[in-house]
Amino acid sequence: MASASLRVALVGNPNCGKSTLFNALTGLNQKVGNFPGVTVDRKVGSFSTGGKNVNLLDLPGTYSLEPRSLDERVAVHAITDRSDIDHPDLCLIVVDATHLKLGLYLTMQVLEAGMPSILVLNMMDQLEASGVKVDLLALSRELGVKVVGTNARKGNGLDKLKAAISEHGLESAPTPWKSKLNAESGPLERHVIIREMLTKVTTGGKEPSRTLSQRLDGVFTHRWLGPLIFLGILAAVFQSVFSWAVYPMDWIDGLFAEGAGLWRQWLPQHFLTDLWVEGVWAGLGGVVIFIPQIAFLFLFVALMEDTGYMARVSFITDRALRRFGLQGRSVVPLMGGVACAVPAILATRTISNWKERLITMLVLPFMTCSARLPVYVLLISLVIPEGYLLGVFGYQGLTMLAMYLLGAVTALGAAFVVSKFIPDDGSGHFLMEMPVLRAPRWGNIGMDIVRKSSMFVTQAGRIIVVISVVLWLGASFGPSEQMEQVEQRYATAAQLPDADPDSLARLRSAELLEHSYIGMVGHAIEPAISPLGYDWKIGIALITSFAAREVFVGTMATIYAVGDSEDEATIRQRMASTMNANTGEPLYDLPFGLSLLVFYAFAMQCVSTLAVVRSETGSWKWPLIQVFGMTGLAYLSAFVIFRLAQVLF
Amino acid sequence: MTVNDLTIGQKATVKEFTDHGLGIHLMEMGVVPGETITVERVAPMGDPIAVRVSDLLLMMRRKEAASILVKDHGNGI
Repeated sequence: MASASLRVALVGNPNCGKSTLFNALTGLNQKVGNFPGVTVDRKVGSFSTGGKNVNLLDLPGTYSLEPRSLDERVAVHAITDRSDIDHPDLCLIVVDATHLKLGLYLTMQVLEAGMPSILVLNMMDQLEASGVKVDLLALSRELGVKVVGTNARKGNGLDKLKAAISEHGLESAPTPWKSKLNAESGPLERHVIIREMLTKVTTGGKEPSRTLSQRLDGVFTHRWLGPLIFLGILAAVFQSVFSWAVYPMDWIDGLFAEGAGLWRQWLPQHFLTDLWVEGVWAGLGGVVIFIPQIAFLFLFVALMEDTGYMARVSFITDRALRRFGLQGRSVVPLMGGVACAVPAILATRTISNWKERLITMLVLPFMTCSARLPVYVLLISLVIPEGYLLGVFGYQGLTMLAMYLLGAVTALGAAFVVSKFIPDDGSGHFLMEMPVLRAPRWGNIGMDIVRKSSMFVTQAGRIIVVISVVLWLGASFGPSEQMEQVEQRYATAAQLPDADPDSLARLRSAELLEHSYIGMVGHAIEPAISPLGYDWKIGIALITSFAAREVFVGTMATIYAVGDSEDEATIRQRMASTMNANTGEPLYDLPFGLSLLVFYAFAMQCVSTLAVVRSETGSWKWPLIQVFGMTGLAYLSAFVIFRLAQVLF
Repeated sequence: MTVNDLTIGQKATVKEFTDHGLGIHLMEMGVVPGETITVERVAPMGDPIAVRVSDLLLMMRRKEAASILVKDHGNGI
């Protein structure tokens, strides 16, 4: 073969050590993307052996060539369809030596499909520890394929494997056992052959004693210890994404602010400079800021997956979550959603059932993310009295708690409803391997974090930057004559002898925002939102909140010409003293506040989340369903709450 | 009897499956007639269960377990 590089694919059961082997062979020479049309991780790497360059593709794990899930379909298609762009020249069939039967079953199917292959017997050390000996030569003879024993974790056998790859003639295996099978043969007949083969090639083996993994399972799946430990881990996940990630996020924030200042110094005062600094640069900052949370969440998710603990989570939570159309693996992303929906939606990749994954992604934005917190704080302090219930529980704190509960309950309820409308993808049976619990492989975990973060930046990041530029343009520009009028008025005012430049500048930006395109939209939607108790000012804030919900506070600061958006007390004061022109009563009263709280709890207002859902589902259909479904629910609920509160209070 | 009739730790032999499609899926994962099967764990709410078949720990719901017919080791053969 004169072709530039050899295309090799890793095939194997889930949990057979494929990823570890992939990392061991390619090192840092790897890229991750998606398989065409589906968001299943597609890892490619390269290395060279015997003067040949090898392109290694890690196919999703599968138990057979009759695929049941989306992941499996990708793997099977690549092997069986020669026209598939991922169809390899050579397969490395990775078999966990301690689960020989299962691995050999897949091996036989791959060989039957005519794939030139090498059988990699991984985790040899663990097999030997259990006292079993495998005659690799005999196995190779029986199967008709080259067999290499490895221990990818320690790096043993890799040189032999590389040599075998470069020496392989790329011919199909002779499969001496194939004569025993016919067109009607099913899994049972194959297992009979495997059983015969194994009695010939393996010796020894003792009755397994209670392993450490089994003893740990006694704790992790214990009636009440199990759920307790899981709650503890969830608390740690929550703590890390919510509190620890704040420090690196503050650094990033500071770095980008510093950068913006430097750009302003270096570049001439010009529209393009504004566009670059306030549109693009700020948008980039808005993407990079997510990385600490993504990294922390993935540290936990990858850790739980890699050790095998995640399967135990599914085990202990399945019964409770099943009725909502969710499963145990949905719990960690949902919990992560309390910090931010963006990393949480990326974390749903751990859910192998597409329907359950989709439901989790769709309802995740209902969870009270940290961007809603400043909005809630402002509104609650504005309309909820400071008193105490029974002298202990502050009304304001109770309201905040109620908002968190509202988010979680709505997410579950929505999952229940949505699950009735989404068809199954065919992987309907609940049948999952519980892999042996083992110590984390930190290398795998680290690479996973790097891969997920860079994927977020390159995929969803692009959409986020574009939309934040659009929002910036909308807020900075308006019909020219109106904008000019405002500018002229303030230019004249600045000439006055007692002009205070600071307060003039604040009033000027407030008026410019009001006359900008976004301000016009805010005015235009006023008739639509006045039934909820909002005026055009809130209309503007609702639109700018699409950049991120917490922008609400900053927008109110601009509209009310408060210089410092951190100065919440002043914003609150100005809002509280805004009167309703018709009634003379405060406009932002309790019914208004409750209505807006509910609106922010339910409405889909975050373009970053939409961008991630778009890139994870591969279509605009699902994010659009979120926008209309969630915002529709928000509108109706806010309306009902507003009217009810007006009657009650 | 089915897997659901087994107590934790009780050994039995897989006989056959009442659901053809699920049966194939199970066999692909090593649950083959003739193999020894034991219920190793039951989830806190009684469902799902984890069964061990030829060194592999598999979790399944009661519904799936009900489709696996077994022969108890205690009753003769």
